[in-house]
Amino acid sequence: MALVKAREDALAARLLALAAPDAAGWLATARAGALARLQAMGLPARRDEYWRYTDPAVLNAPDAPVAARFDASDESAPFDGMDRLRIVFVDGVFDADASDDLTLAGVRIERLATSGTADIHWAQSLYGVLESNGQMPVARPFAALNSAFATDGVLVHVTGKTAKPISLIYVHESDTSDAILHHCIKLDPGAELTLLENGPAAARFCKVMEVDVAEGASFHHVRLQGRDHARHAVTHLFARLAARAELRSFTLTANGRLTRNEAVIDLAGAEARAHLAGAAVGDGDFHHDDTVFVTHAAQACESRQVFKKVLMNGAVGVFQGKILVKQSAQKTDGYQISQSLLLDEDSQFLAKPELEIYADDVKCSHGSTSGAIDETALFYLQSRGVPRAAAQGLLVLAFLAEAIQEIADDTIADDIRDRLERWLNRHAAKAGK
Amino acid sequence: MLKINNLHVKLEAEDKVILRGVDLKIGPGEVHAIMGPNGSGKSTLSYVLSGRDGYEVTAGSATLDGQELLEMEPEARAAAGLFLAFQYPVEIPGVGNMTFLRTAVNAQKKSRGEAELSAGDFLKLVREKAKTLKIDAEMLKRPVNVGFSGGEKKRNEILQMAMLEPRMCILDETDSGLDVDAMKLVSEGVNALRSAGRSFLVITHYQRLLDHIKPDVVHIMAAGRIIKTGGPELALEVEANGYADILSEVG
Repeated sequence: MALVKAREDALAARLLALAAPDAAGWLATARAGALARLQAMGLPARRDEYWRYTDPAVLNAPDAPVAARFDASDESAPFDGMDRLRIVFVDGVFDADASDDLTLAGVRIERLATSGTADIHWAQSLYGVLESNGQMPVARPFAALNSAFATDGVLVHVTGKTAKPISLIYVHESDTSDAILHHCIKLDPGAELTLLENGPAAARFCKVMEVDVAEGASFHHVRLQGRDHARHAVTHLFARLAARAELRSFTLTANGRLTRNEAVIDLAGAEARAHLAGAAVGDGDFHHDDTVFVTHAAQACESRQVFKKVLMNGAVGVFQGKILVKQSAQKTDGYQISQSLLLDEDSQFLAKPELEIYADDVKCSHGSTSGAIDETALFYLQSRGVPRAAAQGLLVLAFLAEAIQEIADDTIADDIRDRLERWLNRHAAKAGK
Repeated sequence: MLKINNLHVKLEAEDKVILRGVDLKIGPGEVHAIMGPNGSGKSTLSYVLSGRDGYEVTAGSATLDGQELLEMEPEARAAAGLFLAFQYPVEIPGVGNMTFLRTAVNAQKKSRGEAELSAGDFLKLVREKAKTLKIDAEMLKRPVNVGFSGGEKKRNEILQMAMLEPRMCILDETDSGLDVDAMKLVSEGVNALRSAGRSFLVITHYQRLLDHIKPDVVHIMAAGRIIKTGGPELALEVEANGYADILSEVG
């Protein structure tokens, strides 16, 4: 009983600190449902199976921890020079002046904050719906909290092929900002969208993105988290793919005290394809958690999970990845790899790969490794005149290559390689010998 | 060129003495061969000279043109002109052979204060050198040594040697794992690099490699020392009679 009471108290304290959003229209109904879900499951604790490796304390706390704004002006902003439609959020609030005009052929973009009061809206069928579906069999309390209290975000309805990517830029200004953003993205049959995300967002950041990809539509997602070190973030990507739909999502994470990225993918239509990839680099007080759940519910779908982490000076990496193949999902092709490169003995990688298969004609493979840099390869490179630090950088980039290859756009992939190279150079001196 | 004086080396991990006073002097343009039975310390000598971890020099010195090698990082030794062709070339997944070669060439140029090669100039040079070693474009694109046959790996070593233009080349059992044709190809690659300013130290078990790469001086190594030095005829003697005669003769 004491445990139950403690959970109730923690949730009550957390809810008390949150501002109750306006209650009217379709969004109020969706929020009420989410709040009921949250109250039923409570906030997570270390004894919960999917929180054993990651301490949710900072995310559970009523107030955001203090985090100073990070100055990243020593390198160009991500996606600089790319033709894109920019949508800027400052500490979780839409900034119209900093954003581009929200009109783009083939897409309709609205703000959650101003679209919630209508009686009916297309987003009703998506907002909190994929999140709610994704609560089984694993509870995701921060996603429910997000649906109940999100104050802003974008509702994007893609009807055709978008001429340029939509770029969500998260600016962190206030030392104590506690941002909750919720995006809904609906792609009509055959539609195409590339969505970019970057920026530190807030002192504490909770994000949900629900994506509905209709038949033959394709959704490409590239996200850069970093290089703010004080970040505490929990993000969720919920996606449902219809027949022949495609989803590709890549995340680069550099630094951050706590980052938990959850992805819940439902391959609901035949021959749908989902590729999820992540490259994470952390030095010191770094904790990065990829928690992925891919459900194959239809025939002949393909899923790939490629997650790579480079950890040094006591950094911690977590991977919890599951492929569930339902009985109906014959001819499934599932692949999962999670690897970490530990640059010293203080760093740690915790992995829990899972396969649960009910169909009998499937191809599923998974692998998880953690290891040190290959000293023999290092010596080979040095013996050819490559300085040790550069040789190590080359080997680290080679290790991350499989994840970066999942990015469809070569320009973005090259830029990410450059960013990683600079990160490695900055941290090489600390890595020592 | 290369001067080794009274070199004593032990394995760090096992505290096992491998080299017990090696003396060797190689002049410019000379080709020396070291032969010897298994476990005599031949490969250890090549690793110690190129700076591999795990060995402790307990006495002696090794200089290249008067520069003390043993204090230098492996990359500095390479920049000073030393090159080791590995007995077992290392596979590096994820790093393209071309990227590897270009990084190495430019790193050495940079450390010597020379201008780096442009992408175009580099490509031209590597294609030209690769052609003589019968290394095709596909092999240059693949990750370093990954999926290469034994012969391809050794040819790739010689390609690196040709690109880096070292002054002191050590070939560690370059003939191991090669068939007759591959050995001929590799030897031709080496012979093409012979010049008045470039010296070679060829480490091998067998005389047959020395039919192709003709040495000026042959040394016999046993139990961590050079026990006998002679001309090419010494290699023929080993081939005919084995090491036993020489070992008993020296005592």
